[in-house]
Amino acid sequence: MSDKSKSGSLLIKGGHLIDPTAKINAPMDVLLRDGRVAEIALPNKARGSADEKFDARGLIVAPGFIDLHVHLREPGQSYKETIATGTAAAAAGGFTSVCTMPNTAPVVDTAEWVSWLRNPERAAVVNVFPIAAATRGSKGGTLTDFAALQRAGAVAVTDDGKPILDDDVMRMALRLGAELNFPVVQHAEDTRLTENCSMHAGPTSFRLGLRAMPAAAESAIVDRDVTLAQQIRESRLHVAHLSTSEALKSVRRGKRAKARVTCEVTPHHFALIDENVGEYDTNFKMNPPLRSAADLEAIVVALSDGTVDAIATDHAPHALHEKQVEFERASFGITGLETALALAITKLHREHKIPLTRIVELFTSGPARVFDLPGRGSLARGSHADVTIFDPKKRWTFEASKSHSLSHNTPFDGWQFTGKVLATIVGGKIVHREV
Amino acid sequence: MNKPARGSLLGIEHLDAKDILALLKLARRMNPQKARPLLRGKRIVLLFYEASTRTRSSFEFAAKSLGAITTLVQSSGSSIEKGESLLDTGYTLRAVGADCIVIRHPSAGAPHLMAQHLDIPIINAGDGMHEHPSQALLDAYTILKHKRSIKGLQATIIGDIFHSRVARSACHLLTKFGVKLTLCGPPEFVPDVAATLAPGLRITRHIEDALRGTDVVMLLRVQKERLAGQKIRLQDYIARYQMTPARLKLARRDAIVMHPGPIIRGLELTAEVADGPQSVIIDEVHNGVPTRMAILARALGKAK
Repeated sequence: MSDKSKSGSLLIKGGHLIDPTAKINAPMDVLLRDGRVAEIALPNKARGSADEKFDARGLIVAPGFIDLHVHLREPGQSYKETIATGTAAAAAGGFTSVCTMPNTAPVVDTAEWVSWLRNPERAAVVNVFPIAAATRGSKGGTLTDFAALQRAGAVAVTDDGKPILDDDVMRMALRLGAELNFPVVQHAEDTRLTENCSMHAGPTSFRLGLRAMPAAAESAIVDRDVTLAQQIRESRLHVAHLSTSEALKSVRRGKRAKARVTCEVTPHHFALIDENVGEYDTNFKMNPPLRSAADLEAIVVALSDGTVDAIATDHAPHALHEKQVEFERASFGITGLETALALAITKLHREHKIPLTRIVELFTSGPARVFDLPGRGSLARGSHADVTIFDPKKRWTFEASKSHSLSHNTPFDGWQFTGKVLATIVGGKIVHREV
Repeated sequence: MNKPARGSLLGIEHLDAKDILALLKLARRMNPQKARPLLRGKRIVLLFYEASTRTRSSFEFAAKSLGAITTLVQSSGSSIEKGESLLDTGYTLRAVGADCIVIRHPSAGAPHLMAQHLDIPIINAGDGMHEHPSQALLDAYTILKHKRSIKGLQATIIGDIFHSRVARSACHLLTKFGVKLTLCGPPEFVPDVAATLAPGLRITRHIEDALRGTDVVMLLRVQKERLAGQKIRLQDYIARYQMTPARLKLARRDAIVMHPGPIIRGLELTAEVADGPQSVIIDEVHNGVPTRMAILARALGKAK
């Protein structure tokens, strides 16, 4: 699996290429050689020869998908997921690159742990880009050594799972990030307003008698952070798993002011709302929680109009015993790598009429820009040979029990989808294939 | 995950008026004084993760009046203390032969989790801030002892509705019969979202407005810590929301005063109201036994 030999060539023939960066949306053949894109040519016009051919007739060929937000649980929680199983799930979902969150045990707050995550011994099937902790132990106090983390290969810093709450600490993080051109990723939650809360505050939480998180717990932090990002020149703020319409207003404000503010949205926040929690189904419990129908509508608009930069899964595997408990005691989070594209096509494309080109952008060039991943997110000549091939019309049913992830905590078990990943190519090698 | 076993009672919300009337009719036929061995040999577990006086003792008497065997399992003094999960406790109780589990738990939805994994009826005896269905049923039983029918009545619930499972169950039950129901209290205790709980709910901040013309006054216990937590001065709360004889005069002359207990005299109501002629508070406790007999008989399929 860790064999990264870059010899060999592969010609992807007969597919329809969508490459938002290159502004291509047309039938094209793609020739991969030695781990790079060697040629993009009109059908049957590729000049180079290939050892192997992939028949992509009737399929969409896209740059490899990038997930800015996954929890692969290593080090320390390999009973939930490992880098090997998590990246296998990523490959099955069409992701050729994943950015891992540092809230592991221990927290990834040193260069050594960043290197450990990138070590081929972890047996990753797709590219792993670690995000390191912004503060030591993610305790929100002292900043980590951003420069050393960046040198070791971290693509950003965050205390995800928790917010950087203190104004001064956030200011310092953005300042240091600005010096190093290093994004600071914020889990926006005013935890002073969310203690003991397990879902979104609204009619459903009231009916179920659950303590609940007001939308303002997210939007207040996003608002503060955007203000800081506007004040601190060259700082880069990325809002993780944005879920409320109020928070979108702050992001729009920052973008209009030309601050370097970006944000991501999860598939579950554009597919589900708080009511779907039903009778205390813990597979619908995550943080940020499922929000109101009005929030969902605002998110769909923002996905369409460009306010949102990326779809990120927040893939958060948990063992059965952590979910088969009282709702208030259940762990936050759901898996998401294998259902992301299907949800995007089923909900955003088919239901909300967002064009496929925009959806591909949200999985490729959008996230590549957020963390500056050079040579990724596009299939321009010379780029990394990371490719995702999918059938936007294929109907299928997702079965959690057949997931590649070690955990099966998904709300989408048994869902009928349209749109399926059929092949995932990383560095020119096919790592997942269903045709 | 499976559907709750037949006879389970997880809440009032998903019952319809017909189910409720059938239960109340059955309750009227139950006589705690005259033992009927309907449930002879049945094993009923009272699984209590929270303190309780009236609910626990009345479920126990109800079960015993029907000839059932009961055992009490509490969080202290059981394997729950050793970290056993709720489901494992459920499987264990099922394995020792429980035919029915009556559960009181501080987490909303705990009875639903049990019901989704066990094949025996689960009775919710109060889950967090969610529901307390047997209380709502005994209240309906009590109302019917004093009023000809529930339909067409005007009722008000006063106090800390946000934290109250009793209030949620009562709201569901009363509105299913078209009761004109008003919720009254400060926004901290009666948030605007409370009006979305059931159709036809109205909120007012003024007790006088809530009481005018009402047939049923339901009071809720107000915990001093919660007042402090919301930065409400005790004296202000009493001045605005305490039920006094003078205020009670605003209600209909034959209005009844209800309270799920425990009552705090001098806080949500005065002693004069608690002990006055319109109070049915002790009657409610009394009616808990036949109501819970009916619930258990229905649970174990002996509802004839």
